[in-house]
Amino acid sequence: MKISKDEVRHVAGLARLKIDDADLERFAGQLGVVLEYIESLETLDTEGIVPTAHAVLTKNAFREDEETGSLDRDSALAGAPESEDGFFVVPKIIE
Amino acid sequence: MPDTPLFAMSIHEARKRLDEGDISSVELTESVLNRIREAEPAVDAYITVCRETALRQAEAADRAIAEKKAGPLTGIPLAVKDLICTKEHPTTCASRMLSDFIPPYDATVMEKLNQAGAVLVGKTNMDEFAMGSSTENSAFKITKNPWNTDRIPGGSSGGSAAAVASDMCLGSLGSDTGGSIRQPASHCGVVGVKPTYGRVSRYGLVAFASSLDQIGPIAGNVEDAAILLEAIAGHDPRDSTSIDRPVPAYREALAGDVSGLTIGIPREYMETEGLDPEVAGAVNRAVDIFRSAGAACIDISLPYTHHAVAAYYLVAPAEASSNLARYDGVKYGFRDASVKNDLKEMYTETRSKGFGAEVRRRILLGTYALSSGYYDAYYKKASQVRTLIRQGFSEAFARCDVILSPVAPTAAFPIGEKADDPLQMYLSDIFTLSANMAGVPGLSVPCGFTANGLPVGLQLTGNHFAEDTILHAAWAFEQIAGLGAEKPPLQPAA
Repeated sequence: MKISKDEVRHVAGLARLKIDDADLERFAGQLGVVLEYIESLETLDTEGIVPTAHAVLTKNAFREDEETGSLDRDSALAGAPESEDGFFVVPKIIE
Repeated sequence: MPDTPLFAMSIHEARKRLDEGDISSVELTESVLNRIREAEPAVDAYITVCRETALRQAEAADRAIAEKKAGPLTGIPLAVKDLICTKEHPTTCASRMLSDFIPPYDATVMEKLNQAGAVLVGKTNMDEFAMGSSTENSAFKITKNPWNTDRIPGGSSGGSAAAVASDMCLGSLGSDTGGSIRQPASHCGVVGVKPTYGRVSRYGLVAFASSLDQIGPIAGNVEDAAILLEAIAGHDPRDSTSIDRPVPAYREALAGDVSGLTIGIPREYMETEGLDPEVAGAVNRAVDIFRSAGAACIDISLPYTHHAVAAYYLVAPAEASSNLARYDGVKYGFRDASVKNDLKEMYTETRSKGFGAEVRRRILLGTYALSSGYYDAYYKKASQVRTLIRQGFSEAFARCDVILSPVAPTAAFPIGEKADDPLQMYLSDIFTLSANMAGVPGLSVPCGFTANGLPVGLQLTGNHFAEDTILHAAWAFEQIAGLGAEKPPLQPAA
Protein backbone atom coordinates (compact mmCIF):
# COMPACT_ATOMS: atom_id res chain seq x y z
CA MET A 1 0.00 0.00 0.00
CA LYS A 2 1.24 3.47 -0.89
CA ILE A 3 0.35 4.97 2.48
CA SER A 4 0.01 3.03 5.75
CA LYS A 5 -2.67 3.46 8.38
CA ASP A 6 -0.02 4.79 10.75
CA GLU A 7 0.99 7.44 8.22
CA VAL A 8 -2.64 8.47 7.76
CA ARG A 9 -2.99 8.71 11.55
CA HIS A 10 0.16 10.83 11.75
CA VAL A 11 -0.93 13.19 8.96
CA ALA A 12 -4.40 13.45 10.50
CA GLY A 13 -2.76 14.53 13.76
CA LEU A 14 -0.84 17.27 11.94
CA ALA A 15 -4.12 18.48 10.43
CA ARG A 16 -5.94 18.27 13.81
CA LEU A 17 -8.27 15.56 12.55
CA LYS A 18 -9.26 12.38 14.31
CA ILE A 19 -9.97 9.42 12.06
CA ASP A 20 -11.79 6.42 13.51
CA ASP A 21 -10.60 2.89 12.74
CA ALA A 22 -13.12 2.18 9.99
CA ASP A 23 -12.29 5.45 8.18
CA LEU A 24 -8.56 4.87 8.67
CA GLU A 25 -8.73 1.70 6.62
CA ARG A 26 -10.91 3.33 3.95
CA PHE A 27 -8.88 6.57 3.71
CA ALA A 28 -5.54 4.72 3.57
CA GLY A 29 -6.86 2.65 0.66
CA GLN A 30 -8.36 5.64 -1.20
CA LEU A 31 -5.38 7.92 -0.63
CA GLY A 32 -3.07 5.10 -1.69
CA VAL A 33 -4.85 4.81 -5.03
CA VAL A 34 -4.69 8.58 -5.55
CA LEU A 35 -1.00 8.77 -4.60
CA GLU A 36 -0.20 5.90 -6.94
CA TYR A 37 -1.87 7.82 -9.76
CA ILE A 38 0.07 10.94 -8.80
CA GLU A 39 3.33 8.98 -9.16
CA SER A 40 2.92 9.37 -12.92
CA LEU A 41 4.44 12.84 -12.46
CA GLU A 42 7.79 11.19 -11.79
CA THR A 43 8.05 10.34 -15.50
CA LEU A 44 8.21 14.06 -16.35
CA ASP A 45 11.58 15.75 -16.39
CA THR A 46 11.13 19.04 -14.54
CA GLU A 47 14.81 19.77 -13.93
CA GLY A 48 15.32 23.54 -14.01
CA ILE A 49 11.62 24.37 -14.50
CA VAL A 50 10.56 27.33 -12.37
CA PRO A 51 7.49 26.41 -10.29
CA THR A 52 4.25 28.34 -10.87
CA ALA A 53 2.39 29.55 -7.80
CA HIS A 54 0.04 31.91 -9.63
CA ALA A 55 -0.96 31.40 -13.23
CA VAL A 56 -1.50 35.03 -14.16
CA LEU A 57 1.72 36.82 -13.39
CA THR A 58 1.29 39.89 -11.25
CA LYS A 59 3.69 42.15 -9.45
CA ASN A 60 3.37 43.03 -5.82
CA ALA A 61 0.09 44.79 -5.12
CA PHE A 62 1.08 47.86 -3.14
CA ARG A 63 -1.30 50.40 -1.67
CA GLU A 64 -0.95 53.60 0.25
CA ASP A 65 -0.45 53.05 3.97
CA GLU A 66 -3.72 54.67 4.95
CA GLU A 67 -6.08 53.81 7.75
CA THR A 68 -9.38 52.42 6.51
CA GLY A 69 -12.43 51.09 8.29
CA SER A 70 -12.64 47.51 9.50
CA LEU A 71 -15.16 45.33 11.27
CA ASP A 72 -16.25 46.62 14.65
CA ARG A 73 -15.66 44.34 17.59
CA ASP A 74 -19.28 43.23 17.99
CA SER A 75 -19.52 42.16 14.34
CA ALA A 76 -16.20 40.34 14.54
CA LEU A 77 -17.39 38.43 17.61
CA ALA A 78 -20.94 37.85 16.40
CA GLY A 79 -20.15 34.46 14.88
CA ALA A 80 -17.99 33.18 17.72
CA PRO A 81 -19.21 29.99 19.39
CA GLU A 82 -18.31 31.58 22.72
CA SER A 83 -17.26 35.12 23.62
CA GLU A 84 -17.07 37.20 26.76
CA ASP A 85 -16.24 40.86 27.49
CA GLY A 86 -15.09 41.47 23.91
CA PHE A 87 -12.89 38.35 23.72
CA PHE A 88 -13.08 34.93 22.07
CA VAL A 89 -13.36 32.22 24.71
CA VAL A 90 -11.34 29.00 24.36
CA PRO A 91 -10.84 26.05 26.71
CA LYS A 92 -8.23 26.67 29.39
CA ILE A 93 -4.69 26.36 28.00
CA ILE A 94 -2.57 27.19 31.06
CA GLU A 95 -2.65 25.20 34.26
CA MET B 1 -48.36 29.25 -28.53
CA PRO B 2 -49.00 30.09 -24.87
CA ASP B 3 -47.06 32.94 -23.30
CA THR B 4 -43.77 31.92 -21.69
CA PRO B 5 -44.22 31.96 -17.91
CA LEU B 6 -42.33 34.85 -16.35
CA PHE B 7 -39.90 32.55 -14.51
CA ALA B 8 -38.81 30.94 -17.80
CA MET B 9 -37.67 34.18 -19.40
CA SER B 10 -34.06 34.96 -20.17
CA ILE B 11 -32.37 37.87 -18.41
CA HIS B 12 -32.32 39.98 -21.57
CA GLU B 13 -36.02 39.30 -22.32
CA ALA B 14 -36.97 40.15 -18.75
CA ARG B 15 -34.90 43.35 -18.95
CA LYS B 16 -36.86 44.49 -21.99
CA ARG B 17 -40.24 43.77 -20.44
CA LEU B 18 -39.28 45.34 -17.11
CA ASP B 19 -38.08 48.51 -18.83
CA GLU B 20 -41.19 48.68 -20.98
CA GLY B 21 -43.32 48.49 -17.83
CA ASP B 22 -44.97 45.37 -19.18
CA ILE B 23 -44.09 43.42 -16.01
CA SER B 24 -42.79 44.41 -12.58
CA SER B 25 -39.86 42.93 -10.72
CA VAL B 26 -42.24 41.97 -7.91
CA GLU B 27 -44.36 39.94 -10.38
CA LEU B 28 -41.24 38.36 -11.86
CA THR B 29 -39.78 37.58 -8.43
CA GLU B 30 -43.07 36.09 -7.20
CA SER B 31 -43.19 33.95 -10.32
CA VAL B 32 -39.68 32.65 -9.63
CA LEU B 33 -40.47 32.04 -5.94
CA ASN B 34 -43.58 30.08 -6.95
CA ARG B 35 -41.50 28.11 -9.41
CA ILE B 36 -39.07 27.29 -6.59
CA ARG B 37 -41.99 26.03 -4.50
CA GLU B 38 -43.03 23.81 -7.41
CA ALA B 39 -39.68 22.47 -8.64
CA GLU B 40 -37.45 22.52 -5.56
CA PRO B 41 -38.84 19.31 -3.99
CA ALA B 42 -37.67 17.38 -7.08
CA VAL B 43 -34.36 19.20 -7.63
CA ASP B 44 -33.07 20.33 -4.18
CA ALA B 45 -30.99 23.12 -5.67
CA TYR B 46 -31.23 25.57 -2.77
CA ILE B 47 -29.82 25.62 0.75
CA THR B 48 -31.54 28.92 1.57
CA VAL B 49 -34.43 30.66 -0.20
CA CYS B 50 -34.43 34.38 0.61
CA ARG B 51 -38.13 35.03 0.08
CA GLU B 52 -38.64 38.18 2.14
CA THR B 53 -35.46 40.01 1.18
CA ALA B 54 -36.03 39.06 -2.45
CA LEU B 55 -39.45 40.71 -2.47
CA ARG B 56 -38.04 43.77 -0.69
CA GLN B 57 -35.26 44.03 -3.29
CA ALA B 58 -37.84 43.59 -6.07
CA GLU B 59 -39.89 46.51 -4.72
CA ALA B 60 -36.77 48.68 -4.61
CA ALA B 61 -35.92 47.59 -8.17
CA ASP B 62 -39.40 48.56 -9.36
CA ARG B 63 -38.89 52.04 -7.92
CA ALA B 64 -35.51 52.34 -9.69
CA ILE B 65 -37.06 51.18 -12.97
CA ALA B 66 -39.89 53.73 -12.61
CA GLU B 67 -37.25 56.43 -12.10
CA LYS B 68 -35.42 55.25 -15.23
CA LYS B 69 -32.37 54.32 -13.14
CA ALA B 70 -32.33 50.64 -14.12
CA GLY B 71 -29.13 48.84 -15.15
CA PRO B 72 -28.89 45.47 -16.92
CA LEU B 73 -29.61 43.46 -13.76
CA THR B 74 -32.06 45.72 -11.92
CA GLY B 75 -34.97 43.61 -10.72
CA ILE B 76 -33.60 40.32 -12.11
CA PRO B 77 -33.98 37.29 -9.76
CA LEU B 78 -30.62 35.57 -9.33
CA ALA B 79 -29.11 32.88 -7.10
CA VAL B 80 -25.56 32.54 -5.77
CA LYS B 81 -23.59 29.54 -4.64
CA ASP B 82 -23.54 29.18 -0.88
CA LEU B 83 -19.83 29.94 -0.53
CA ILE B 84 -20.23 33.58 -1.57
CA CYS B 85 -20.57 35.69 1.57
CA THR B 86 -23.91 37.42 2.07
CA LYS B 87 -24.28 39.73 5.02
CA GLU B 88 -27.97 39.07 5.59
CA HIS B 89 -28.08 35.35 4.88
CA PRO B 90 -26.29 32.22 6.10
CA THR B 91 -23.28 31.15 4.03
CA THR B 92 -22.81 27.49 4.78
CA CYS B 93 -20.46 26.11 2.10
CA ALA B 94 -22.76 23.07 2.41
CA SER B 95 -20.79 22.18 5.52
CA ARG B 96 -21.78 21.37 9.06
CA MET B 97 -18.79 23.54 9.98
CA LEU B 98 -20.60 26.68 8.78
CA SER B 99 -24.24 25.63 9.08
CA ASP B 100 -25.11 28.68 11.22
CA PHE B 101 -22.56 31.12 9.84
CA ILE B 102 -23.83 34.56 8.84
CA PRO B 103 -20.94 36.57 7.40
CA PRO B 104 -20.34 40.07 8.79
CA TYR B 105 -19.79 41.42 5.26
CA ASP B 106 -20.84 40.94 1.63
CA ALA B 107 -18.50 39.48 -0.97
CA THR B 108 -17.42 42.01 -3.61
CA VAL B 109 -19.56 40.23 -6.23
CA MET B 110 -22.57 40.57 -3.89
CA GLU B 111 -21.87 44.28 -3.44
CA LYS B 112 -21.78 44.58 -7.21
CA LEU B 113 -25.05 42.66 -7.66
CA ASN B 114 -26.69 44.71 -4.91
CA GLN B 115 -25.53 47.97 -6.45
CA ALA B 116 -26.87 46.76 -9.80
CA GLY B 117 -30.28 46.27 -8.17
CA ALA B 118 -30.40 42.50 -8.68
CA VAL B 119 -32.78 40.36 -6.62
CA LEU B 120 -31.22 37.51 -4.61
CA VAL B 121 -33.72 34.63 -4.45
CA GLY B 122 -31.45 32.15 -2.73
CA LYS B 123 -28.17 30.46 -1.94
CA THR B 124 -27.50 27.28 -3.86
CA ASN B 125 -26.32 23.82 -2.87
CA MET B 126 -22.81 22.62 -3.65
CA ASP B 127 -20.21 20.04 -2.73
CA GLU B 128 -18.92 20.86 0.74
CA PHE B 129 -16.32 23.65 0.46
CA ALA B 130 -16.57 23.18 -3.35
CA MET B 131 -14.77 19.84 -3.17
CA GLY B 132 -16.45 17.49 -5.58
CA SER B 133 -17.83 17.01 -9.06
CA SER B 134 -21.36 15.85 -8.28
CA THR B 135 -22.93 17.93 -5.43
CA GLU B 136 -23.24 14.65 -3.52
CA ASN B 137 -20.78 15.94 -0.92
CA SER B 138 -23.21 18.47 0.57
CA ALA B 139 -23.86 18.09 4.30
CA PHE B 140 -27.50 18.99 3.72
CA LYS B 141 -28.96 17.51 0.53
CA ILE B 142 -28.15 15.97 -2.83
CA THR B 143 -29.13 18.15 -5.77
CA LYS B 144 -30.69 16.27 -8.69
CA ASN B 145 -30.19 16.85 -12.38
CA PRO B 146 -33.38 18.50 -13.73
CA TRP B 147 -33.07 16.44 -16.94
CA ASN B 148 -33.10 13.17 -15.00
CA THR B 149 -33.51 13.32 -11.25
CA ASP B 150 -31.75 9.96 -10.75
CA ARG B 151 -28.55 11.63 -11.93
CA ILE B 152 -26.08 14.11 -10.50
CA PRO B 153 -26.22 17.73 -11.68
CA GLY B 154 -22.42 17.93 -11.73
CA GLY B 155 -20.46 19.92 -9.22
CA SER B 156 -19.35 21.58 -7.27
CA SER B 157 -21.71 24.40 -8.39
CA GLY B 158 -24.48 21.82 -8.97
CA GLY B 159 -27.18 23.85 -7.23
CA SER B 160 -26.41 26.98 -9.27
CA ALA B 161 -26.56 25.04 -12.55
CA ALA B 162 -29.66 23.01 -11.65
CA ALA B 163 -31.48 26.15 -10.45
CA VAL B 164 -30.91 27.85 -13.82
CA ALA B 165 -31.82 24.71 -15.79
CA SER B 166 -35.10 24.30 -13.88
CA ASP B 167 -36.00 28.02 -14.10
CA MET B 168 -35.71 28.56 -10.35
CA CYS B 169 -33.71 31.73 -11.08
CA LEU B 170 -32.83 33.64 -14.25
CA GLY B 171 -29.10 33.32 -13.71
CA SER B 172 -26.65 32.44 -10.98
CA LEU B 173 -23.09 32.63 -9.77
CA GLY B 174 -20.88 29.64 -9.12
CA SER B 175 -17.19 29.16 -8.47
CA ASP B 176 -14.72 27.12 -10.46
CA THR B 177 -11.51 25.66 -9.01
CA GLY B 178 -11.10 22.69 -11.37
CA GLY B 179 -14.27 22.76 -13.48
CA SER B 180 -16.94 23.49 -10.88
CA ILE B 181 -18.84 25.95 -13.09
CA ARG B 182 -18.26 24.41 -16.52
CA GLN B 183 -18.96 20.77 -15.65
CA PRO B 184 -22.35 21.30 -13.92
CA ALA B 185 -23.33 23.76 -16.66
CA SER B 186 -22.54 21.01 -19.17
CA HIS B 187 -24.50 18.36 -17.26
CA CYS B 188 -27.51 20.65 -16.80
CA GLY B 189 -27.62 22.01 -20.36
CA VAL B 190 -26.87 25.65 -19.48
CA VAL B 191 -24.04 28.11 -20.10
CA GLY B 192 -21.26 28.51 -17.51
CA VAL B 193 -18.17 30.71 -17.64
CA LYS B 194 -14.95 30.43 -15.66
CA PRO B 195 -13.20 33.77 -16.13
CA THR B 196 -9.45 34.36 -16.27
CA TYR B 197 -7.83 34.08 -12.86
CA GLY B 198 -7.97 37.60 -11.38
CA ARG B 199 -10.80 38.84 -13.62
CA VAL B 200 -13.39 38.64 -10.81
CA SER B 201 -12.65 39.54 -7.20
CA ARG B 202 -12.43 36.63 -4.78
CA TYR B 203 -13.04 38.89 -1.76
CA GLY B 204 -15.78 37.18 0.24
CA LEU B 205 -15.51 33.91 -1.67
CA VAL B 206 -14.85 31.23 0.94
CA ALA B 207 -11.42 29.92 -0.08
CA PHE B 208 -10.81 26.39 -1.35
CA ALA B 209 -7.61 26.65 -3.42
CA SER B 210 -6.72 30.31 -3.66
CA SER B 211 -4.49 30.17 -6.74
CA LEU B 212 -7.20 28.32 -8.73
CA ASP B 213 -10.57 29.63 -7.43
CA GLN B 214 -12.58 31.98 -9.61
CA ILE B 215 -16.21 33.14 -9.44
CA GLY B 216 -18.24 33.11 -12.65
CA PRO B 217 -21.75 33.19 -14.10
CA ILE B 218 -24.19 30.42 -15.02
CA ALA B 219 -27.10 31.35 -17.29
CA GLY B 220 -29.58 29.99 -19.79
CA ASN B 221 -27.83 31.48 -22.80
CA VAL B 222 -24.55 33.13 -23.80
CA GLU B 223 -25.88 36.70 -23.84
CA ASP B 224 -27.12 36.39 -20.25
CA ALA B 225 -23.78 34.95 -19.17
CA ALA B 226 -22.04 37.94 -20.79
CA ILE B 227 -24.35 40.36 -18.93
CA LEU B 228 -23.59 38.66 -15.60
CA LEU B 229 -19.84 38.52 -16.22
CA GLU B 230 -19.73 42.20 -17.09
CA ALA B 231 -21.53 42.99 -13.82
CA ILE B 232 -19.16 41.06 -11.56
CA ALA B 233 -15.76 41.52 -13.27
CA GLY B 234 -13.21 44.14 -12.36
CA HIS B 235 -10.32 45.07 -10.13
CA ASP B 236 -10.80 45.04 -6.37
CA PRO B 237 -8.15 46.42 -4.02
CA ARG B 238 -9.39 43.94 -1.39
CA ASP B 239 -8.23 41.00 -3.55
CA SER B 240 -4.54 41.49 -4.26
CA THR B 241 -4.69 38.87 -7.02
CA SER B 242 -7.43 40.67 -8.94
CA ILE B 243 -6.11 42.31 -12.07
CA ASP B 244 -6.33 46.05 -12.68
CA ARG B 245 -7.49 46.02 -16.26
CA PRO B 246 -10.63 47.54 -17.85
CA VAL B 247 -13.69 45.29 -18.17
CA PRO B 248 -14.78 45.02 -21.81
CA ALA B 249 -18.44 45.39 -22.78
CA TYR B 250 -18.77 41.65 -23.34
CA ARG B 251 -22.15 41.90 -25.04
CA GLU B 252 -20.59 43.95 -27.83
CA ALA B 253 -18.56 40.87 -28.74
CA LEU B 254 -21.78 39.00 -29.49
CA ALA B 255 -22.09 39.89 -33.16
CA GLY B 256 -20.74 38.75 -36.48
CA ASP B 257 -19.73 35.34 -37.73
CA VAL B 258 -16.77 33.08 -36.97
CA SER B 259 -14.94 33.39 -40.29
CA GLY B 260 -11.39 34.33 -39.46
CA LEU B 261 -11.53 32.44 -36.17
CA THR B 262 -9.02 29.63 -35.71
CA ILE B 263 -10.18 26.82 -33.44
CA GLY B 264 -7.74 24.28 -32.05
CA ILE B 265 -8.86 20.78 -31.13
CA PRO B 266 -6.43 19.13 -28.70
CA ARG B 267 -5.83 15.56 -29.82
CA GLU B 268 -5.00 14.45 -26.26
CA TYR B 269 -8.56 15.32 -25.23
CA MET B 270 -10.31 13.52 -28.06
CA GLU B 271 -8.09 10.44 -27.58
CA THR B 272 -8.70 10.22 -23.83
CA GLU B 273 -9.65 6.77 -22.61
CA GLY B 274 -13.12 6.90 -21.12
CA LEU B 275 -14.42 9.64 -23.42
CA ASP B 276 -17.98 8.55 -24.14
CA PRO B 277 -18.61 8.09 -27.90
CA GLU B 278 -21.87 10.03 -27.62
CA VAL B 279 -20.03 12.98 -26.07
CA ALA B 280 -17.29 12.76 -28.69
CA GLY B 281 -19.98 12.65 -31.39
CA ALA B 282 -21.71 15.78 -30.12
CA VAL B 283 -18.37 17.60 -29.91
CA ASN B 284 -17.38 16.50 -33.42
CA ARG B 285 -20.72 17.77 -34.76
CA ALA B 286 -19.92 21.12 -33.12
CA VAL B 287 -16.60 21.15 -34.96
CA ASP B 288 -18.51 20.58 -38.23
CA ILE B 289 -20.83 23.47 -37.40
CA PHE B 290 -17.90 25.81 -36.77
CA ARG B 291 -16.18 24.65 -39.95
CA SER B 292 -19.33 25.17 -42.03
CA ALA B 293 -19.66 28.64 -40.52
CA GLY B 294 -16.22 29.56 -41.81
CA ALA B 295 -13.91 28.93 -38.86
CA ALA B 296 -10.59 27.21 -39.41
CA CYS B 297 -10.41 24.06 -37.26
CA ILE B 298 -6.93 22.72 -36.63
CA ASP B 299 -5.39 19.85 -34.73
CA ILE B 300 -3.33 20.99 -31.73
CA SER B 301 -1.52 19.36 -28.83
CA LEU B 302 -1.78 20.02 -25.09
CA PRO B 303 0.87 17.51 -24.12
CA TYR B 304 0.48 17.71 -20.33
CA THR B 305 -3.27 17.02 -20.25
CA HIS B 306 -2.94 13.69 -18.47
CA HIS B 307 -0.37 14.93 -15.98
CA ALA B 308 -2.62 17.87 -15.16
CA VAL B 309 -4.98 15.71 -13.09
CA ALA B 310 -2.13 14.42 -10.94
CA ALA B 311 -0.62 17.89 -10.52
CA TYR B 312 -4.00 19.43 -9.75
CA TYR B 313 -4.76 16.87 -7.04
CA LEU B 314 -1.59 17.93 -5.27
CA VAL B 315 -1.86 21.70 -5.70
CA ALA B 316 -5.56 22.02 -4.87
CA PRO B 317 -5.57 19.83 -1.73
CA ALA B 318 -2.31 21.45 -0.53
CA GLU B 319 -3.87 24.90 -0.74
CA ALA B 320 -7.10 23.56 0.77
CA SER B 321 -5.35 22.01 3.76
CA SER B 322 -3.78 25.39 4.47
CA ASN B 323 -6.95 27.42 3.85
CA LEU B 324 -9.14 25.15 5.96
CA ALA B 325 -6.80 25.38 8.95
CA ARG B 326 -8.84 28.45 9.94
CA TYR B 327 -11.80 26.31 11.03
CA ASP B 328 -10.83 25.88 14.64
CA GLY B 329 -14.09 26.36 16.53
CA VAL B 330 -12.94 29.70 17.95
CA LYS B 331 -13.73 32.64 15.67
CA TYR B 332 -16.89 31.49 13.88
CA GLY B 333 -18.66 28.35 12.80
CA PHE B 334 -19.18 25.07 14.59
CA ARG B 335 -17.50 24.12 17.87
CA ASP B 336 -17.74 20.81 19.66
CA ALA B 337 -18.71 22.37 22.97
CA SER B 338 -18.50 19.06 24.82
CA VAL B 339 -14.72 19.46 25.15
CA LYS B 340 -14.22 21.77 28.11
CA ASN B 341 -10.62 21.54 29.26
CA ASP B 342 -8.31 20.85 26.34
CA LEU B 343 -7.78 23.29 23.48
CA LYS B 344 -6.10 20.83 21.12
CA GLU B 345 -8.80 18.27 21.80
CA MET B 346 -11.45 20.93 21.08
CA TYR B 347 -9.80 21.73 17.71
CA THR B 348 -9.61 18.07 16.80
CA GLU B 349 -13.16 17.18 17.79
CA THR B 350 -14.54 20.30 16.11
CA ARG B 351 -12.76 19.63 12.83
CA SER B 352 -13.48 15.89 12.83
CA LYS B 353 -17.20 16.44 13.37
CA GLY B 354 -17.52 19.62 11.30
CA PHE B 355 -15.95 18.38 8.04
CA GLY B 356 -17.40 15.67 5.83
CA ALA B 357 -15.46 12.74 4.37
CA GLU B 358 -14.28 14.33 1.10
CA VAL B 359 -13.08 17.49 2.83
CA ARG B 360 -11.17 15.38 5.38
CA ARG B 361 -9.68 13.28 2.56
CA ARG B 362 -8.41 16.35 0.75
CA ILE B 363 -7.02 17.91 3.92
CA LEU B 364 -5.13 14.65 4.53
CA LEU B 365 -3.83 14.54 0.96
CA GLY B 366 -2.77 18.18 1.09
CA THR B 367 -1.15 17.90 4.51
CA TYR B 368 0.72 14.80 3.33
CA ALA B 369 1.92 16.57 0.17
CA LEU B 370 3.20 19.52 2.18
CA SER B 371 4.67 17.55 5.06
CA SER B 372 8.36 17.43 5.84
CA GLY B 373 10.26 15.20 3.44
CA TYR B 374 7.55 15.09 0.79
CA TYR B 375 7.36 18.74 -0.24
CA ASP B 376 9.86 18.53 -3.14
CA ALA B 377 8.49 15.27 -4.52
CA TYR B 378 4.88 16.43 -4.44
CA TYR B 379 4.04 20.13 -4.12
CA LYS B 380 7.15 21.50 -5.81
CA LYS B 381 6.97 18.93 -8.58
CA ALA B 382 3.29 19.71 -9.17
CA SER B 383 4.04 23.45 -9.28
CA GLN B 384 6.72 22.79 -11.91
CA VAL B 385 4.27 20.71 -13.95
CA ARG B 386 1.93 23.66 -13.65
CA THR B 387 4.53 25.77 -15.46
CA LEU B 388 4.62 23.17 -18.25
CA ILE B 389 0.81 23.21 -18.49
CA ARG B 390 0.84 27.02 -18.70
CA GLN B 391 3.50 26.93 -21.43
CA GLY B 392 1.47 24.30 -23.30
CA PHE B 393 -1.49 26.70 -23.45
CA SER B 394 0.76 29.60 -24.53
CA GLU B 395 2.11 27.53 -27.40
CA ALA B 396 -1.41 26.44 -28.37
CA PHE B 397 -2.69 30.03 -28.37
CA ALA B 398 0.13 31.03 -30.68
CA ARG B 399 -1.62 28.83 -33.25
CA CYS B 400 -5.34 29.28 -32.48
CA ASP B 401 -7.80 31.72 -30.90
CA VAL B 402 -10.02 29.22 -29.14
CA ILE B 403 -9.51 25.66 -27.90
CA LEU B 404 -12.53 23.42 -28.42
CA SER B 405 -13.08 20.25 -26.41
CA PRO B 406 -15.58 18.26 -24.39
CA VAL B 407 -16.28 19.58 -20.89
CA ALA B 408 -16.50 16.16 -19.26
CA PRO B 409 -15.80 12.63 -20.52
CA THR B 410 -19.41 11.54 -20.00
CA ALA B 411 -22.85 13.07 -19.54
CA ALA B 412 -24.28 13.22 -16.00
CA PHE B 413 -23.72 9.92 -14.18
CA PRO B 414 -26.18 8.25 -11.77
CA ILE B 415 -26.24 9.46 -8.16
CA GLY B 416 -23.98 7.21 -6.07
CA GLU B 417 -21.97 5.78 -8.99
CA LYS B 418 -18.61 7.29 -8.04
CA ALA B 419 -19.32 8.23 -4.44
CA ASP B 420 -16.86 5.67 -3.00
CA ASP B 421 -14.19 6.03 -5.66
CA PRO B 422 -12.40 9.37 -5.29
CA LEU B 423 -9.92 8.74 -8.12
CA GLN B 424 -12.68 8.04 -10.66
CA MET B 425 -14.42 11.22 -9.49
CA TYR B 426 -11.17 13.21 -9.85
CA LEU B 427 -10.59 11.85 -13.37
CA SER B 428 -13.95 13.25 -14.46
CA ASP B 429 -12.31 16.72 -14.20
CA ILE B 430 -9.63 15.91 -16.79
CA PHE B 431 -10.81 18.35 -19.47
CA THR B 432 -11.54 21.28 -17.17
CA LEU B 433 -8.86 21.52 -14.53
CA SER B 434 -5.99 22.46 -16.88
CA ALA B 435 -7.63 25.86 -17.44
CA ASN B 436 -7.47 26.55 -13.71
CA MET B 437 -3.85 25.45 -13.54
CA ALA B 438 -3.04 27.82 -16.44
CA GLY B 439 -5.39 30.61 -15.26
CA VAL B 440 -7.11 30.85 -18.65
CA PRO B 441 -10.86 31.42 -19.15
CA GLY B 442 -13.20 28.68 -20.32
CA LEU B 443 -16.89 28.16 -20.79
CA SER B 444 -19.44 25.45 -21.38
CA VAL B 445 -22.22 25.87 -23.94
CA PRO B 446 -24.81 23.17 -24.76
CA CYS B 447 -23.90 21.20 -27.91
CA GLY B 448 -26.30 18.24 -27.93
CA PHE B 449 -27.97 15.42 -26.06
CA THR B 450 -27.22 11.77 -25.49
CA ALA B 451 -29.70 9.17 -26.75
CA ASN B 452 -31.33 9.09 -23.33
CA GLY B 453 -31.84 12.83 -23.22
CA LEU B 454 -28.92 14.07 -21.13
CA PRO B 455 -27.30 17.38 -22.14
CA VAL B 456 -23.74 17.50 -23.46
CA GLY B 457 -21.63 20.65 -23.16
CA LEU B 458 -18.95 22.03 -25.43
CA GLN B 459 -15.93 23.64 -23.79
CA LEU B 460 -14.36 26.69 -25.39
CA THR B 461 -11.15 27.88 -23.76
CA GLY B 462 -9.41 31.17 -24.51
CA ASN B 463 -6.15 32.90 -23.76
CA HIS B 464 -5.80 35.05 -20.63
CA PHE B 465 -8.44 37.82 -20.68
CA ALA B 466 -9.95 36.58 -23.97
CA GLU B 467 -13.42 36.10 -22.45
CA ASP B 468 -14.80 38.20 -25.30
CA THR B 469 -13.36 35.77 -27.87
CA ILE B 470 -14.85 32.63 -26.30
CA LEU B 471 -18.19 34.35 -25.60
CA HIS B 472 -18.35 35.41 -29.26
CA ALA B 473 -17.58 31.89 -30.48
CA ALA B 474 -20.13 30.38 -28.06
CA TRP B 475 -22.76 32.92 -29.07
CA ALA B 476 -22.21 32.26 -32.78
CA PHE B 477 -22.47 28.52 -32.13
CA GLU B 478 -25.63 28.99 -30.08
CA GLN B 479 -27.24 30.99 -32.91
CA ILE B 480 -26.69 28.07 -35.30
CA ALA B 481 -27.20 25.09 -32.98
CA GLY B 482 -30.09 26.71 -31.09
CA LEU B 483 -30.00 24.27 -28.18
CA GLY B 484 -30.56 26.84 -25.45
CA ALA B 485 -34.32 26.81 -25.98
CA GLU B 486 -34.61 23.19 -24.84
CA LYS B 487 -36.05 22.82 -21.34
CA PRO B 488 -35.81 19.80 -19.04
CA PRO B 489 -38.95 17.65 -18.82
CA LEU B 490 -39.11 18.27 -15.10
CA GLN B 491 -41.91 16.51 -13.30
CA PRO B 492 -43.17 17.94 -10.02
CA ALA B 493 -42.22 15.75 -7.06
CA ALA B 494 -44.65 12.95 -6.33
